[in-house]
Amino acid sequence: MSSIRKQAASIMHTKIIWPITALAAILLFNLFFVPGFFNIEIKNGHLFGSLIDILNRAAPIMVIAIGMTLVIAKEGIDISVGSVLAIAGAVAISLLGVVPLWMAVVAALIVGVLCGLWNGLLIAYLGIQPMVGTLILMTVGRGIAQLITEGKVLTTDDKAFGFIGKGFFLGLPFSIFIAAFVFLFVLYLKKRTALGLFLEATGTNKISSEYAGVEPRKIYLFVYIVCGLCAAIAGLLVSSNISSADANNAGLWIELDAILAVVIGGTSMRGGRFFLAGTVIGALFIQSLTTTIYSMGVPPERIMVVKAIVVIVVSLMQSDRFRRVFQQKNKQAVAG
Amino acid sequence: MFKFKKSSFVMTTVLAVGLLLSACSGNAANNNGGNAATNAGTETTAPAPEDKGSDKKIVLGFSQIGAESGWRDAETQSIKDTFGSDAQFELKFSDAQQKQENQIKAIRTFISQKVDAIALAPVVESGWETVLEEAKAANIPVFLLDRTVKVSDESLYTSFIGSDFVLEGQNAAKTMMELLGADKQVNIVELQGTVGASAANDRQKGFKEIVDGNPNYKIIKSQSGDFTRAKGKEVMEAFLKSDGKNIQAVYAHNDDMALGAIQAIEEYGLKPGTDIFVVSVDGIKPAFEAIRDGKLNVTVECNPLLGPQLKQAILDFKEGKTLEKWIKSDEDVYFGQKAIDALPNRLY
Repeated sequence: MSSIRKQAASIMHTKIIWPITALAAILLFNLFFVPGFFNIEIKNGHLFGSLIDILNRAAPIMVIAIGMTLVIAKEGIDISVGSVLAIAGAVAISLLGVVPLWMAVVAALIVGVLCGLWNGLLIAYLGIQPMVGTLILMTVGRGIAQLITEGKVLTTDDKAFGFIGKGFFLGLPFSIFIAAFVFLFVLYLKKRTALGLFLEATGTNKISSEYAGVEPRKIYLFVYIVCGLCAAIAGLLVSSNISSADANNAGLWIELDAILAVVIGGTSMRGGRFFLAGTVIGALFIQSLTTTIYSMGVPPERIMVVKAIVVIVVSLMQSDRFRRVFQQKNKQAVAG
Repeated sequence: MFKFKKSSFVMTTVLAVGLLLSACSGNAANNNGGNAATNAGTETTAPAPEDKGSDKKIVLGFSQIGAESGWRDAETQSIKDTFGSDAQFELKFSDAQQKQENQIKAIRTFISQKVDAIALAPVVESGWETVLEEAKAANIPVFLLDRTVKVSDESLYTSFIGSDFVLEGQNAAKTMMELLGADKQVNIVELQGTVGASAANDRQKGFKEIVDGNPNYKIIKSQSGDFTRAKGKEVMEAFLKSDGKNIQAVYAHNDDMALGAIQAIEEYGLKPGTDIFVVSVDGIKPAFEAIRDGKLNVTVECNPLLGPQLKQAILDFKEGKTLEKWIKSDEDVYFGQKAIDALPNRLY
C-alpha cells in the first residue's frame, strides 16, 4: 500500500504531471461540451478531425517553444521569434519561383540562424539584457519583413511548398513530423551529448560552470541561434499553411504563446533544468484551448478573459506553495 | 587581441544594421512635410517652375497615415495621380509613418505655407481639436479622408469623404439574399474583423440588420479572425469541424479572411463558392481573382480611390457651394461576370 502511495507521491512531484493534467482536463471538457470533438474520420486518404487540426496548428508553437525552452533555461528570453517567423516566411515565399524550392527553404533557415546570431551576440557578448536585446529585432524584424514583401501579402501556388504546412504524411499532418523531429533532435542534444550537460550547467550556475571549464558565452550564443532557427522553421510552417507571407500579421504574439507553453511545461523562468516534453504538452494545451474556444462559440470580445482565467488556474496548479496550502487544508479537515 | 577583434566585429555588425535601418527610414520619410518645415518661415507660396501664368494654382496639403497596406498605397496613389496630372493643382504630400504628432506637424506646416486646402487621413480619432482650430482660424478648409475624427465642434472640418461601413454590411447581406434566394434556409458563419475596430463593428451591424429581417437567414457562429488570412482560416476550420454541413454561407469582414476561409473549406473537402457561399468586403485584387476562379461569390468594394471625389469637393468649395458633411465614397458590389470584367482594371 505504502509503496503505491509513495509512487503516487513521486509522480505528483514530477513536473510533467501538471501540464498533462491540464491537457487532459481540457480534452475531458470537450468530450462533454463540444459534440463531435473526438470524431476522427478518414478523408482524402488522411485522418481528419478537430484533434488533427490541433496537432497541425500546434506545430509552429511547439517548434518555437522548444527553442524558447533552451533560451529560458539560460535565464534568457527571446521576444523576437514572431518577427523572425515573419522574416523567414517572407524570404521563402519571395524566393519561390526565382530559385528552386530547397534553396528558398534553406535561405529562410539561414536567415533564422542569422537572426539568432544577432540576438546571441547582443546578449552573450555585449551583455545586453535578453528582453531588451531581442526587443530590437522584434521591432525591426517586422520592418525587414515589410521591406522583403514590399508591404504586400505575398502568395504562392507552389504545391510542394504547400506540403510543408498542410500536407499529410502517413495520414498525419506533415508539420507534426517536423515538430517531432525538432523535439527529438533537441532531446538527443540534451540527453546524449556533452552539450546537453553544459546547457543545464550554465543555466543552473553560470559562474561555477565557467570555473569548471564550460564557456557560458558560447552556450548562450548557441541557444539563441537554435531559437532563431526554430522560429524560421515555424515561419515555413505558417507561411506554407496559408500559401502566403503576411509581414504584418504572421506570428503576431506567438512569442507569448511560446513562453506560456514553456512555463506551463514546468521550466522555470529563472533558468536551470528544462523540460522539453513539458513544453510540447504545454503547446498542445494552448492550441487545444484556442480551438475549443472557437468551437464553443465564445464571443470574440471575451476570448482573452477566458484564456487568462484558464492560464491563471494552470499556473496556480503548478505552484508548489499554492498546492501546499491546499494539502494543509485537507489534512486539517481530516484531523478535524 | 582576440577579444578586441571579437568586439570590433560586433561593432561592425551593429553599425551595418544601423546603416541599413537609417537607409530604410530615409526612404520612407521621403516627405514634403519634413522638407517644407525647414523653410516654412520664408516661403509663402510654393514656387512652381511651370507656373508662369497669371492665375494661381490651388495648393493642397495632404497628410497621409503611412503605407501599412495595399489599400492605403492605392489611396495615396489615387490622390497623387488625380492632383499630379491636373495643372490647376499643386500637391504637397506628407507621410506620417503612423504617428499623430507627424500629422499635426505637417498640418501646421501646411497652415504656415498658406495652402488652399488640407486633406487629412487621421491615424487616430481624438486629439485633433487644437490643430483643426488653427486651420479654421487661417480659413483653410480641411477634408477628412476614409476615417473621421472626434471633435466637439463639427465645423472644425469641412467634409468627411469615406466609406459607409454599415452600408457595406447591408450590401453584403442584400447581395447574398439576391443570389441565394430569400426563401432558402441559410445558416451563416461570420468572420469578424479585429475586435473593437470601427470597420468590424459597423460591417457586423449593417449585415445583421438585413439578416434579422429575414427569418430564413441565421448567423449561427460569429468569431474574430483579426482581418488576417491565417486567423480566418483557423477559425473557419474550427467552424467546419463543429457545424460542418450545416453551414451554407460565410460572411467575412474583409477579403483576406475570406481567402483564408476558402482554403479551409477546400481542405474540408467542400467547394467554396458552390457548396458554401462566400461573401466579403474590400475588393482587393486577389478577391477578384478568387471570383474569377469561382471560389468567392461576392466582394463588396471599400473604395480607396478617393482622389476624384476629393478634387470635386475642393472645386465645389472654391465655388462657394455647400458641401455635405459626409461625402460617401463611390462603392460598388462585384460578383460573377461583372467582377471578371473589372479584374484587369483593379489597381490594388
